[in-house]
Amino acid sequence: MPSPAEFHAQVDAGDGNLRLAGDCRTTDLGALEASLREWARAGARSIDLSSAGRFDIGPAWILKRVFADAVTAPQIQGPLPSHFTYLDELLHGAAAQTPAAPSAERDATALVRMGRALETRGESWYEALTYGGKLITTAGTAWTSWKRLRIPSIVRHAYETGYQAVPVVAVIAFLISVISAYIGAQQLRPYGGEIFTVDIVAIGVLRELGVLLTAIMVAGRTGSAYAAELGVMKLNDEVDALESMGINPYEVLVLPRVLGLVIALPLLTIVADFMGLLGGAMLTRYLIDLPWPQFFTRLDEAIGPTTFWAGLVKAPVFGMLIGLTGTLRGLQVRDSSRELGRLTTVAVVQSIFLVIFADAMFAIFFLEIDF
Amino acid sequence: MPATPETIIAVRDVVNRFGTQTVHDGVSFDVHAGEVFGIVGGSGSGKSVLLKTMLGLRRPDQGTVELEGRDITRMSDSELRDVKRRYGVTFQHGALFTSLTVTENIILPMVESLDLEEATLQSLAELRLRMVGLPVEAGAKFPAQLSGGMIKRAALARALALDPVLLFLDEPTAGLDPIAATAFDDLVLYLRRTLGLTVVMVTHDLDTLARTCDRVAVLVDRKVIVDTLDGIVRNEHPWIREYFHGARGRVIGHGDGGSAHGT
Repeated sequence: MPSPAEFHAQVDAGDGNLRLAGDCRTTDLGALEASLREWARAGARSIDLSSAGRFDIGPAWILKRVFADAVTAPQIQGPLPSHFTYLDELLHGAAAQTPAAPSAERDATALVRMGRALETRGESWYEALTYGGKLITTAGTAWTSWKRLRIPSIVRHAYETGYQAVPVVAVIAFLISVISAYIGAQQLRPYGGEIFTVDIVAIGVLRELGVLLTAIMVAGRTGSAYAAELGVMKLNDEVDALESMGINPYEVLVLPRVLGLVIALPLLTIVADFMGLLGGAMLTRYLIDLPWPQFFTRLDEAIGPTTFWAGLVKAPVFGMLIGLTGTLRGLQVRDSSRELGRLTTVAVVQSIFLVIFADAMFAIFFLEIDF
Repeated sequence: MPATPETIIAVRDVVNRFGTQTVHDGVSFDVHAGEVFGIVGGSGSGKSVLLKTMLGLRRPDQGTVELEGRDITRMSDSELRDVKRRYGVTFQHGALFTSLTVTENIILPMVESLDLEEATLQSLAELRLRMVGLPVEAGAKFPAQLSGGMIKRAALARALALDPVLLFLDEPTAGLDPIAATAFDDLVLYLRRTLGLTVVMVTHDLDTLARTCDRVAVLVDRKVIVDTLDGIVRNEHPWIREYFHGARGRVIGHGDGGSAHGT
């Protein structure tokens, strides 16, 4: 192989001549492209290849394309790059392909695009409905035997989503009650009603904040984990493998996860409630000098018999919503790693949305039945 | 083939160890410019480790690997990056990026190392698609929409993006039906003939070995035995006898064994 000579391109703006010298490697493509652009501006009348060396196939192709696309063929001096015969073979030989037809996709009007978006939305709802249906039938048969209920699996998921989330949920509940006690005490002081800080904290934490924040934490923590786990299994064909063995993936993958969360979330809520009240007790003692025994006396007066339950009954529902969304989105992953990322995000966002939406529904419902 | 073949890869006394387990114990061989060089060996004999060592992805515990006369085992990372542009690699399962279209996959190495306009990149991607015999329309598809044979071709198109002088193919025909595998072999031979590429392939496909490879390296007992396929087939080593004369080895025994010299 002769020693490679440095690539050099020179454009004569006056008579539209391009002179190429040296070996043109793939790494010289940038320089070649720039000189060709300049040459085109200068009229692209003639090209001098007499001192050009070896061309890599990439640069040869670019050059050939330029010659082919030119309106008036430029005058060529010197030998053509040796790869031109091979490229001719590619373009016109037996294996030559017809160039791609311009795709119609780009011409879609707004109406067409809207229709398509509507269609995908509809399909997505339909998919969610089918999913729910399949799950209900699976759950129906799963109750019939201990083996099919997969208790060990449920316990594992309850442990992972519940027990392992205790520290973070406890800290958050504590901090939130500290914040509400602080603000409450400040607002009530001018009216001399500091004692009602206890009411604010107790009712706020027990009815709403405890369960809602726990659910949001769990949605971020577990919803994403469920979606990612099932998504990777889907990409690896593991879900198909299960099905091919006659094992119902809803039974072994989805149901234990959802049930695990339905069990774990109420338990986490109790932890959050406890930590919230503890935070409230500490803060009222510090802010309004309320001794602990009096805090609990006031607490007893403030909350009704249903306050604690009004918060807790929502937990299993939230758990189910988070579990269903996470697993559904995970199973919808198809083909590519980007889908996995997208659907994991969707799982988290949607489960948080659903939790808050359901909470609003509960609030209205409880108000109506005076719970 | 010239009388004194030019050496493009020189592997010298390479030792690779994982803990106390020695995978390669003094492996030495040359790959000549312009040949198709096959690597075979049983599962766990260190084919992948050898390939990674030759690619500069793994530094051997002892010994040197020279690519075009430069020792890649002692190079700085930036020098190694330049060397890596000289070769293209296809992986066993294609390793196409699933979130990118075929065209975007092919363009990626060029975008990373060259500063080019979008139209030029598109045009070059079309060239690579044509070179590997894929329809130009396939460029707009995602890897998941392609068949196994098309994925292998798309991976080859990406490996060719920077006009390499050296191609490493890991199990290029694994999982292909015999027709697609034969077509892929022909493509490799055609590219070798027209572009003067040197090809190093790891394969278990005896047909591919017989059709394409000029010389074969067999990894046995932590060493390597290099010979033409005819020579290897006559080797008396028990593992090699089992490999080529076992139940699946009959293709080579049928006399068309040495038909690899297709140039």
